Amino acid sequence: MALRRFDLEAGSETFAFKAETEPTIAFWMGKYPEDKKRSAVIPLLWLAQKDNGGWLSEPAMRTVADRLEMPYIRVYEVATFYTMFRLQPVGKNHVQLCGTTPCMLRGANDLKKVCEKRIGKKMAVTDDGRLSWEEVECLGACVNAPMVQINDYYYEDLTPESLDEILSRLAGGVDVPPGTFVDRLNSAPIGGATTLKEAGLFDGARNGAAGLPNLPEATNGDTPEPEAKGEPARSKPTNTDREETSKAAVEAADDEMELEGERPAASEASSEDGDDLKKIKGIGPKIEKQLNELGVNTFAQIAAWSGDNVKWVDGYLSFRGRIERESWIEQAKTFASEDKS
Amino acid sequence: MLQDKDRIFTNLYGAHSPGLEAAKKRGAWHLTREMLQQTPEWICDQIKASGLRGRGGAGFPTGLKWTFMPKEVRDRPHYLVVNADESEPGTCKDREIMRHDPHLLIEGCMVASYAMRAHACYVYLRGEYIAEREALEKAVKEAYEAGLVGKNNKNGWDFDIYVHHGAGAYICGEETALLESLEGKKGQPRLKPPFPANAGLYGCPTTVNNVESIAVAPTILRRGAEWFAGFGRPNNTGTKLFCVSGHVNKPCNVEEEMSITFRDLIETHCGGIRGGWDNLKAVIPGGSSVPMVPAEQIMDAYMDFDTLRDLRSGLGTAAVIVMDKSTDLIQAIARISYFYKHESCGQCTPCREGTGWMWRVLERMAKGQAEMSDIDMLLDVASQVEGHTICALGDAAAWPVQGLIRHFRHEIEDRISEYRAPRTMVQGANVAAE
Repeated sequence: MALRRFDLEAGSETFAFKAETEPTIAFWMGKYPEDKKRSAVIPLLWLAQKDNGGWLSEPAMRTVADRLEMPYIRVYEVATFYTMFRLQPVGKNHVQLCGTTPCMLRGANDLKKVCEKRIGKKMAVTDDGRLSWEEVECLGACVNAPMVQINDYYYEDLTPESLDEILSRLAGGVDVPPGTFVDRLNSAPIGGATTLKEAGLFDGARNGAAGLPNLPEATNGDTPEPEAKGEPARSKPTNTDREETSKAAVEAADDEMELEGERPAASEASSEDGDDLKKIKGIGPKIEKQLNELGVNTFAQIAAWSGDNVKWVDGYLSFRGRIERESWIEQAKTFASEDKS
Repeated sequence: MLQDKDRIFTNLYGAHSPGLEAAKKRGAWHLTREMLQQTPEWICDQIKASGLRGRGGAGFPTGLKWTFMPKEVRDRPHYLVVNADESEPGTCKDREIMRHDPHLLIEGCMVASYAMRAHACYVYLRGEYIAEREALEKAVKEAYEAGLVGKNNKNGWDFDIYVHHGAGAYICGEETALLESLEGKKGQPRLKPPFPANAGLYGCPTTVNNVESIAVAPTILRRGAEWFAGFGRPNNTGTKLFCVSGHVNKPCNVEEEMSITFRDLIETHCGGIRGGWDNLKAVIPGGSSVPMVPAEQIMDAYMDFDTLRDLRSGLGTAAVIVMDKSTDLIQAIARISYFYKHESCGQCTPCREGTGWMWRVLERMAKGQAEMSDIDMLLDVASQVEGHTICALGDAAAWPVQGLIRHFRHEIEDRISEYRAPRTMVQGANVAAE
C-alpha cells in the first residue's frame, strides 16, 4: 500500500468551490439515491482538487465532508486511500508517468530520466510552478506505451525526444494537444489497421435483419406477443407480473439461489389433505402457500426439520431467523402430537 | 481468422464517429425493443448458449451469472454495475469501447439490466480515464435525448444509466471493492458470502460485469447465439479483444476469434516479434496477474482459457505482454511486484506485508544480491500469500513470481553466481531477507 500523509503547511486555511463548479456538483449528487449521498465523495473530492489547483488540502476535504454530511475522518480515509488525490501542491502541469512493466518494456525508464533532468525530483515543483511529475502505476494505455498523463489527458507513444519537446513547450506556457506522437490511429497498428476495412460495416447494411433469431416459438409465428402491440412504455408489465411461480420454476429458482443449509424433503400428500399450518403462530396464509409449494404440508414435516432445513427455509423465505424466534418446530411438535391423540 | 463482417466492435480505432447516428448505422440499437419484449429467461438462455465467458479475467460464464439474481424484485431494487475500472497492467480494451463505441455498451447495459430485472445501472470508470468518461457521458446524454433510455423510453423498459468514477485504485476492479468504492468508502474488498447477487450495492441484489461482456451481449442476441458460439473452440467461444503490448513490431488492440494461435495473432496484426521469432523469450498472456509462459510453449498455443490454463497460466483479460531476449525478466517481474505492493489495499496481512517483501527480495535478486536459498524462500512466501487473502489480489501478486521461478529459475541462479564471482567475500555471507 501507499503511505500517504496530508500536507498541513501548504495552501490556505479555507476552501470554497468555485461558482461555476456548482452545476457539476449538482449533476453528480443527482446520480445517487437521496439517502446515499456519500457515494458522490470521490467525484466531489475530484472537483475540489480541480478547484484547489490540482491537489487536495485539508480544508477542501472538510468542505466536501460538510456537503455530503459525512464525518471528516471518512473523507480523510477516502482521500488518503485513492492515489489520484494528491495531498501536496503540484505544478500547473502535473506529469504522471506510467512506469509499470508494459511501459517499462518500451522505454519508460528513459522517460523518467527526461523528467528528472527537466523537472527534478519526483513530486518537486519547478520554480515557476509550471511543472511537476510523479511515477504512477499502469494507466491502461499499454498498446500505446510508453505514455504519460499530463493533467487530464494521455500523451502516447513517446520517446525521450518527444517527451522533452512536450515538456519544454509546457514550460514555455504553450499547450500541447494530447494523443499519440507517432503515425498511427489511436490503438491501431502503426502504418494502418489490418482489420475493419469493409465499407459495409459502416453504412447501415448490417441492419437488414427484420427480427431476432432463436425466438421462442410462441412469438416466432403469426401471432405477435400482446405486449408488442400495446402502448410503448407504460403498458409494459413489470417482472413480477411476468413471472409465473409454478412449482417447476420455484424448484429451478431454488437450485440457483445458493441458499445455505438443506432443502427439507417434500411430502407425498397434497396441500388439501395436509394440516392447517396456519395454526402455528407466525404462519399466515401467504407463508402457508409458500410452504405448500415447497411440498411442506403437515405438522409432522415441520417438527422433523433439522437445523440445516431450518436454515434453508429461513433463507428461502428471507426470514432472518424468524423460524427459531417463533419456535415453529416446538409448536409443530405440539400440534402433531395433538393430531395423533 | 475472424472476418470483418463478424467483428462486433467496428469502430475500435475511432476511425468513425462515436455518435448515435453513426453507431446506429454500424448496428447498435437495432431491434433492441424486440429483445426487451422477450422474457429475461430467454435473454439469459441465449447468452448461456453463446458460451460467452466473462471478459474481465476470471472467465465465468456470463449468462449463468445473470441467473443468480433473485427471480423477482422484492423490497430491494436490483442493480447492474459495470466494471470499467480497467487497470490490469497490459489491458486497454474497455477504453476503446468507451471512447469509440459507447452506444454498444449503453445498449448492452440496458439489455443486461432487463435480463436481471434492474432499472438502474452504474458504470464505474477508473479515475484516470477522463477522456473516456467524457465520451461516455456524451453518449449517455445522446441516448437520453433520443428517448432510448430513461423513464418511458422507446424500448419499453424504464432504465437509468449513471456514470461513476474512481480515483486510481487498482483494487477497485475487484467487484466487492468496487461496490465499496461506489458507496463512497475506501475500496477494500468484502468477505463473500454474501455474494453481490444477494447483497451488493447498498445491500441490494447486484451483478458486476466487465465492459466487454456487457457490450457484446446485444450483438449476440441480434445475430444469434450459435453465430457467436461458432468462433473458437468449445467452451472457449466467441470473439475477443486482444491487447498486444511489449516487444512486437506494431503493438495494437484487435478483435479476433478466440483460440487463434499466438503466432497468427502476432504475425497478422502486430507485424511479428521484434527481432524475429527466435528473439522471443517469454509472454505474459493475460495481464500482469497471470504467470508468464516461455517462448517455446506459447508460440503455437491457442489463445483461450483452457489452453492457457493447461500451460499453468491464464487468458485473463487477453492482454498479451510480449518480452524478447533483451528483457531482464527478473526486473520485469520485480516491477510487477512493486505494482502489487503499491496497489494492495492493506486489509489482509499476508498481502499487505507479503507483496512488499516479495518486491524487495526480487529487487535484490535482479542485482544478484541474494542467496541461492532465497529462491525457495521466495517461492514459499508466494505460496503463503496465495489463497490466504479476502480477494484475489494476493493470488495475483504471487502468480507472476511463481511463473518466473518455475520457468526461469536458472536465470536467477546465474544472476546470483555472476554477482558473486568477483566478490569472494560475499560467498557465504548472510544476506538476510528484510
